[in-house]
Amino acid sequence: MTNAVKTLTHGRELIAFRIGDQEFCVNIMSVREIRGWTQATPMPHAPSYVLGVINLRGVVLPIVDMSLRLGMKPAEPTVRHVIIVAQVGPKVVGLLVDAVSDILTVTPENIQPTPDIANEVEKAYARGILAIEGRMICLIELDSLFPHTESEAA
Amino acid sequence: MDMNEIKEIFFQECEEQLAELESGLLKLNDGDRDPETVNAVFRAVHSIKGGAGAFGLDDLVSFAHVFETTLDCVRSNKLEPTQDVLKVMLKSADVLADLTNAARDGGSVDESRSRTLIRELEALAHGEAPAAAEPAPKLAAAPKAAAPAPVVEQPPVNDEGFQPIPFSFGDFDEEPADHYVPTVQVAFKPKKDLYAKGNEAVLLLRDVSRLGEMSVYCDMDALPTLDKMNPEEAYFSWKISVTTDKGEDGVRSVFEFAEWDCDLDIQTIEEDVVSEATGDEELPMQPVPFDLSMLDDGGAAAADEPAVIESDAAAAVAAAETATKVAQVASRAAENAKAAAAASAASAAQANQAAAAGQTIRVDLDRVDRLINLVGELVINQAMLSQSVVENDTNGTSSINMGLEELQQLTREIQDSVMAIRAQPVKPVFQRMARTVREIADITGKSVRLITEGENTEVDKTVIDKLAEPLTHMIRNAVDHGLEMPEKREALGKNPEGTVRLTAKHRSGRIVIELADDGAGINREKVRQKAIDNDLIAADANLSDEEIDNLIFHAGFSTADKVSDLSGRGVGMDVVKRSIQALGGRISISSKPGQGSVFTMSLPLTLAVLDGMVVTVAGQTLVVPLTAIVETLQPEASAIHSFGASQRLISIRNSFCPLVDVGRILNFRNTQANPMDGVALLVESEGGGQRALMVDAIQGQRQVVIKSLEANYTHVPGIAAATILGDGRVALILDVDAVVAASRGQSLKQDISLAATG
Repeated sequence: MTNAVKTLTHGRELIAFRIGDQEFCVNIMSVREIRGWTQATPMPHAPSYVLGVINLRGVVLPIVDMSLRLGMKPAEPTVRHVIIVAQVGPKVVGLLVDAVSDILTVTPENIQPTPDIANEVEKAYARGILAIEGRMICLIELDSLFPHTESEAA
Repeated sequence: MDMNEIKEIFFQECEEQLAELESGLLKLNDGDRDPETVNAVFRAVHSIKGGAGAFGLDDLVSFAHVFETTLDCVRSNKLEPTQDVLKVMLKSADVLADLTNAARDGGSVDESRSRTLIRELEALAHGEAPAAAEPAPKLAAAPKAAAPAPVVEQPPVNDEGFQPIPFSFGDFDEEPADHYVPTVQVAFKPKKDLYAKGNEAVLLLRDVSRLGEMSVYCDMDALPTLDKMNPEEAYFSWKISVTTDKGEDGVRSVFEFAEWDCDLDIQTIEEDVVSEATGDEELPMQPVPFDLSMLDDGGAAAADEPAVIESDAAAAVAAAETATKVAQVASRAAENAKAAAAASAASAAQANQAAAAGQTIRVDLDRVDRLINLVGELVINQAMLSQSVVENDTNGTSSINMGLEELQQLTREIQDSVMAIRAQPVKPVFQRMARTVREIADITGKSVRLITEGENTEVDKTVIDKLAEPLTHMIRNAVDHGLEMPEKREALGKNPEGTVRLTAKHRSGRIVIELADDGAGINREKVRQKAIDNDLIAADANLSDEEIDNLIFHAGFSTADKVSDLSGRGVGMDVVKRSIQALGGRISISSKPGQGSVFTMSLPLTLAVLDGMVVTVAGQTLVVPLTAIVETLQPEASAIHSFGASQRLISIRNSFCPLVDVGRILNFRNTQANPMDGVALLVESEGGGQRALMVDAIQGQRQVVIKSLEANYTHVPGIAAATILGDGRVALILDVDAVVAASRGQSLKQDISLAATG
């Protein structure tokens, strides 16, 4: 069962974050910690949205530019940016976002279906839309952003 | 602690016991006749049986029981541990290991195998030489025991020296009359605990009745009237008389798990036999002679036998006497001294025992791993601290510098000690190989001797664990393909018994494991033909002997003509090579026709740290494993030669070596860097080819803690792993072989799974 489905059925807490002028949220259960941006070591042959890896207390943590991953313009990380350390399947990934804005408690009724104007990129990750106090927050399923297919043995 | 945990501990202990058993048997096989070795072997089987009984593992118990009985014959000198006997025992040890594994993992064991061995073991216990073919049923075999038949069956190696042994006193109960079967009398009076623990007298009686002809008398005198009867009490007792060829031991074993909960008296009724025999006969009955001798050291001294400690006590006595002139006081003091001496002797004996038993602890590997990770962190933090102190140094802070130096020394020491925790001798793996050799020798009908050397060489546990599989495969190959059949060997003037030699040694920070056989060597014609058939090489290719030998490491390459039981399971030498490489190791082969082949593996001592050269490439810091680097050099303009459109070669002592720009190959930059601006690392790669890797600058050498990239990211072509530098940043460790391969034209594959969608 994916995190998003669990959220939908049980009404759990979500963490909302900001990228540019848009807001997104993910299940709080998949978030391990939130930390500040540090310079990442670039990886050869990496997809453009992988900014590199950083040292998270001895663990090599890949950092993904969420803005680029969600099809927007690349982020220019500053000290004000934050990294959401999230568990995606068996792996831990750092998500670079502009800021963390809120912790939301929602029930399934709060979540509206993704509008059908969405193109394929948005459809792939959006699991619904929340309308809270005039804000629009897009619920993201991390599993679909980073499918944990085993890399082929070389 | 729940049942499963207890069971887990039992199985862990079993593993140790099995190792003990095997090493003991191998020692015996090498001619060791120390009674302690026999005892150790016996004890191992006995404790497995005991534990298995407690967990109701019946298959294991029954096999261990037969095994134990036969070992007891060896222990009591009834059975000479000849090569043939030991062969059966080694096989039994294998089956015992299988049964244990099956009991733990729920697998099954080839029953016919254990049944055959049970028959062979029973035959041995009855004084028969191990039968080569189908062994006769045990009852028919018993009378034969008295005949000198075993001598005839012995191989010529055993001269007459063997002959008297079957007639030792231990055989008395079978000796005097061919058909004499002892009658055992049992007085069996259960206590109520027996029933409370779920035992059932009727079942025990039934088991006794299976041993032979039995008559039972039930004593109901203690039975009270119905109104006074307590249903939880035990009132009955039995007198049993059973005529059995299993003797007292056999009967006693029935009561083995009940004997603490009943009054039990088991006696053999001597009829025709001389009465002294009773005394002798009890010898094999005594639980474990070893235990008794242990008691003699401390226990006897603590009791009323001052003679043992007289010399110690004498001084104390004398001192006490001179100190006080009053006779009464003196004698009391002397008594005290004696008592103290006795007590200290006893406690010393206890301490010795404790020291022998408790010098190791069992630790979950996960905990050690966590410790290693933490120490790795400590090392990095310490380096970060030093660096920031140096950066902010305002002079005159020598005490801080001294403190830092001490910290550095301490962290290095802690790191070394923590690494040492995981270091273990390669012995267990080598022992497993002994079994592999036995099995394959059996299947192929070859006679093989495995010689192991340096089995106490220590390596990191993870390396050991990953070593077993490739080694097993190579040993299989060595015996199956390498060694010739005994007849052929004899015809060639070789010892019909083939030798496989497994050696481990440390060499410059690595462990080198060598597997040598004295077989036929690699058939180069055949390998070459096969390679041509498989389109690996051109028909007219001009290959050196080494190149031909190395062809066997190619995927899908097997020299076996037919797919046998042993080979053709889809595991080829290419897999061996890959698993060795995955360990950061190298494998090479050298073969001489008619004299055998030698496989040499060179592996890192640990997978956790690596000696590396820290270099800068296109603004990035990279680590190159030191083991790959042959030398470093500063290129001179006159040494660089262009070759074709884009290739460049560097001449080193009159030979030309291709230049590889690491930054270009890793996609860190799009144009070739000017070789004059950098440093060349001359590396030796897997195929033996040399390459000059161009980097921008060398920062220094350092030991780095290896961190997995795959854990959270994915495999990156050209990168072996990652590490964390003193400034806390991640640095990548270069996969030299992959980079060299890429420079040969094989592209670094882009298989980043994170890029799978989007």
